[in-house]
Amino acid sequence: MDVAVRELSYAQAIQEAMAIAMEQDERVFLMGEDIGVYGGAFQVTGDLVERFGSERVMDTPISELGGAGVAVGAALTGLRPIFEFQFSDFATLAMEQIVNQAAKMRFMLGGEVSVPVVMRFPAGSGTGAAAQHSQSLEAWLGHVPGLKVIQPATPHDVKGMLLAAVADPDPVMIFEHKLLYKMKGPVPEGHYTVPIGKADVRRQGRDLTIVATSIMVHKALEAAAALQAEGIDIEVIDLRTVRPMDKQTIIDSVKKTSRLLCVYEAVKTLGIGAEISAVVAESDAFDYLDAPIVRLGGAEVPIPYNPELEKATVPQVPDIIAAARDLAKGKR
Amino acid sequence: MPVEVILPKVDMDMATGQISRWFFEEGAIVKQGDVLFEIETDKAAMEIDAPASGTLRNITGKEGVDIPVGAPVAWIYAEGEDAGTTAAPAAAPVEPQPVANGKAETPMSSSQDKAAQTALAVQDTPAPAGAVRATPLARRLAREAGLDLAAVTGSGPHGRVVKADVEAAIAGGGVAKAAPAASPAAAAPAVAPAAKPMSDEAVLKLFEQGSYELVPHDNMRKTIARRLVEAKSTIPHFYLTLDCELDALLKLRSELNAAAPMRKTEKGDVPAYKLSVNDMIIKAMAQALVAVPDANASWTDSAMVKHKHADVGVAVSIPGGLITPIVRKADQKTLSVISNEMKDLAKRARDRKLKLEEYQGGTTAVSNLGMFGIKDFAAVINPPHATILAVGAGEERAVVKGGEIRIATVMSVTLSTDHRAVDGALGAELLGAFKRIIENPMTMLV
Amino acid sequence: MANARKAANSDAAQPNLPFAFRKYTAEQLRQVLHKMYLIRRFEEGAEDAYTRGLIHGTMHLSIGQEASAMGICMPLTDQDQITSTHRGHGHCIAKGADVKRMFAEFFGKTTGYCKGRGGSMHIADVTKGNLGANGIVAGGIPIAVGAALAAKKLKTGNVAISFFGDGANNEGAFHEALNMAAVWKLPVIFVCENNGYGMSTSTERSTAVKNIADRASAYAMPGVIVDGNNFSEVAEAADAAVERARAGEGPTLIESKTYRYRGHSKSDRNRYRTKEEIEDWMANRDPIALFEAELKEFGIIDDAGIEAVREAVKKEIADGIEFAKESPSPEICDLENYVYTEVA
Repeated sequence: MDVAVRELSYAQAIQEAMAIAMEQDERVFLMGEDIGVYGGAFQVTGDLVERFGSERVMDTPISELGGAGVAVGAALTGLRPIFEFQFSDFATLAMEQIVNQAAKMRFMLGGEVSVPVVMRFPAGSGTGAAAQHSQSLEAWLGHVPGLKVIQPATPHDVKGMLLAAVADPDPVMIFEHKLLYKMKGPVPEGHYTVPIGKADVRRQGRDLTIVATSIMVHKALEAAAALQAEGIDIEVIDLRTVRPMDKQTIIDSVKKTSRLLCVYEAVKTLGIGAEISAVVAESDAFDYLDAPIVRLGGAEVPIPYNPELEKATVPQVPDIIAAARDLAKGKR
Repeated sequence: MPVEVILPKVDMDMATGQISRWFFEEGAIVKQGDVLFEIETDKAAMEIDAPASGTLRNITGKEGVDIPVGAPVAWIYAEGEDAGTTAAPAAAPVEPQPVANGKAETPMSSSQDKAAQTALAVQDTPAPAGAVRATPLARRLAREAGLDLAAVTGSGPHGRVVKADVEAAIAGGGVAKAAPAASPAAAAPAVAPAAKPMSDEAVLKLFEQGSYELVPHDNMRKTIARRLVEAKSTIPHFYLTLDCELDALLKLRSELNAAAPMRKTEKGDVPAYKLSVNDMIIKAMAQALVAVPDANASWTDSAMVKHKHADVGVAVSIPGGLITPIVRKADQKTLSVISNEMKDLAKRARDRKLKLEEYQGGTTAVSNLGMFGIKDFAAVINPPHATILAVGAGEERAVVKGGEIRIATVMSVTLSTDHRAVDGALGAELLGAFKRIIENPMTMLV
Repeated sequence: MANARKAANSDAAQPNLPFAFRKYTAEQLRQVLHKMYLIRRFEEGAEDAYTRGLIHGTMHLSIGQEASAMGICMPLTDQDQITSTHRGHGHCIAKGADVKRMFAEFFGKTTGYCKGRGGSMHIADVTKGNLGANGIVAGGIPIAVGAALAAKKLKTGNVAISFFGDGANNEGAFHEALNMAAVWKLPVIFVCENNGYGMSTSTERSTAVKNIADRASAYAMPGVIVDGNNFSEVAEAADAAVERARAGEGPTLIESKTYRYRGHSKSDRNRYRTKEEIEDWMANRDPIALFEAELKEFGIIDDAGIEAVREAVKKEIADGIEFAKESPSPEICDLENYVYTEVA
């Protein structure tokens, strides 16, 4: 049984996952703003409305809070909604339903219900959309018990993790970096899942561990390739899931390399990097650290409009190269 | 103000100790000087006296757990001083200061916090907390190797000691030179690191689960492991072996034992001494060192330590490990004194009642496995010694002398020497002197 | 009694009888009285246990609003679903919950509906279609719309009811939810129990329209105002709305005007309304007294029968409290249960 593998873009992989989920399960349907004939703000749903009809590819009014609540209620009562936020920034409008309702419903009701809702969040900077359409808010939601929060970095993973999310009995939040939508990569045909809660070692190395999320995985791999020429051998871990975090993969890697660099796009302070650092500092990997832990995250500013300022706000490949080199060479 | 009772440092290279037994319970009235508890150090059991009179409270030092040196284990409150109303004393071993507010910290929680810090900071020679800037990995490697971090020069930013520095120090037998910063990839071959021991998991993976049981190390086992790794990896050993004929010595020994006067004891009349072959080897080794004084030495980086007396350590096997009590000035002691002293030391060693000064120091050592029929072996030098003599079994062998074969009782001995202190020829001279004394045992009586 | 039963079965014969007395049997109506008493005594029992320190946290009592809860739930089946509010004990009982397990929940016990994890503010009974009280004002409204969406997509024929208070009508979620329900013609009924005050702020001071039912016109759905203290009036409006929803004609907004006797919560000092106002409602417009008078007027129950109901309820409440007291508390080691669905 050979499974054909094609090159698909990240957006196509999401679309394919949603189509497979809808084909396989009548309960699955899509909700979101302009996801029908418009095809979604980033053309992720594309022409799915033609295949599945407007009952299953439902345009909602511009009502993030109400829409999220409807998705929660539908999930609570037997459906499997996939709710698309047009931009992850609009999660702020729906935090009540996400944080107070979706995340806590099962717990508050003593395990009598579950909320199998999937919410998709196009996230991140780099599109010139400025401060209210470029944020990375995954750590906000990662702080909430009851939610699962994932950040697939490749077309292969986003398809498999989205299908895992649809099958998951609990609310799963998917943060999709907008700059990844056009990135192509090998994607197997048909149904498969990539587990939620498991990080992936994208590159083996001896001298330094980089734990990166989402688009930063690719930047980290680029940096690692560049530093290989200097004899610095970097291990790159794609975190993939923010909650529940795969602590063991991180710990094992740091015990091997003795150095840790966290790279993520969200604002550096009080973010995922702090959590990764703490995971290592609190574990037996502490005794293997041969240098301070270093975080490379977004600057402490809203995302600016000017393209040069925008680029300077989030870690870029040269920043990663510089930080990794210093760390590996014992200058930090 | 209550008086703090701490876990005292009672052994030179002691970082932690275990209380094996408390003699008083919470709330007991104790007098200054009462034995409060017994410590199991790496090698011995020590009794610790009460530092003040009063009521014993807040016993936080539990029996059988590792406690950092200096950590408070209990408090003694004077009459009228109430644990409830008096401000709970701070338990910081470094800077004892009362916590201003009684509710802030109980001695228990505070001592645990401090214990964690102290455990990290304390090395063989504890430096003041924070004095050495080192990475967690460097600290761990140094701890495992028994290396004093304060003596390692750090190559990292602000002189931080990193793994490469510790590895260089171990490989170089002491202090690392300030190495230029280099990528670990490049540095790794340059420092020729000691082969890293297998991780616990890697070892256990080789065996089927359930096919073994895990016995946690006690302090003695940890110390033996640490000191032997240190000795074998930092001292350049070399070995000299020769045979000694024992017949004359054995004959003299039985004559001397037969001539021993009787002493009245509770168990009736017993001989005043009963010499063993080992007693005579101790004496012979001591005399040989006096005859070859250059070999009676200890190495330090700055100077050669030349000893004026021959203090001979004797390896004594005890349950769970071994210990090396020392016969001081054995060159000056008679055989009977040596013999009786050894019996006493060996007994107290087995009871773990040796005092610190009875097993630390010494200028050489003797390790005898003859009683097990071992023919010949090489021993690991026990710093600060420069030599150790490994003694095999005395056995009848065919000896060729002047073209004739005859039977003689022969004992093979191997001298391990620290090449930094004792070169080959010097070692050979020492061993030759030893052989001469063993084969002409009357010289031991003069 | 015989007359009444006959009357209940013959609308045409007695056109002047109130709706409930035409629609429901005498036995059903006596059950309604029983449940209204059960709600009130439950609230009083909970309040008493709270003051004795047996219940911690806070609670929001619905004494005075019993007819509203009962009237709305009257036409519902166990498959119809409700979302409720912080003032949700009455809805829970009206929807069929067992007071034993409700008390157990308030006492934080494992036998409670939420195994001691939810308490008063999250009381639920999923098997009877109560998806839970909600601590967030208007939090349950979009969720009910979601339940209605599921009912429509899964073609179950169920309706969803969202109870909320007057305060919720000024939350964005209310407007978003009503709009979507209307756009998609969903089988959902929005029930605003207007007791006059959102915590301390009166609807006059907080709401631009005179009646909350007026909001319905903005979302092209019927807006119905009823006397929330009159069981029959509430039941009639609910019946019509449920029929409309089941017929696929879309949502209804019912404004049930009522009054809470107690403060907003246990920390309320009642400074925003007068004693006279409270006493007037209690003396002249009490929903249980009004319903009893009607039952007697139409010969469905006599004083002895009412006394029997009260005695039965008293015992049920006492048994419930006893059950709660004796039930086991959760184990600390189970703290992290129910955060995620346990993997089998």
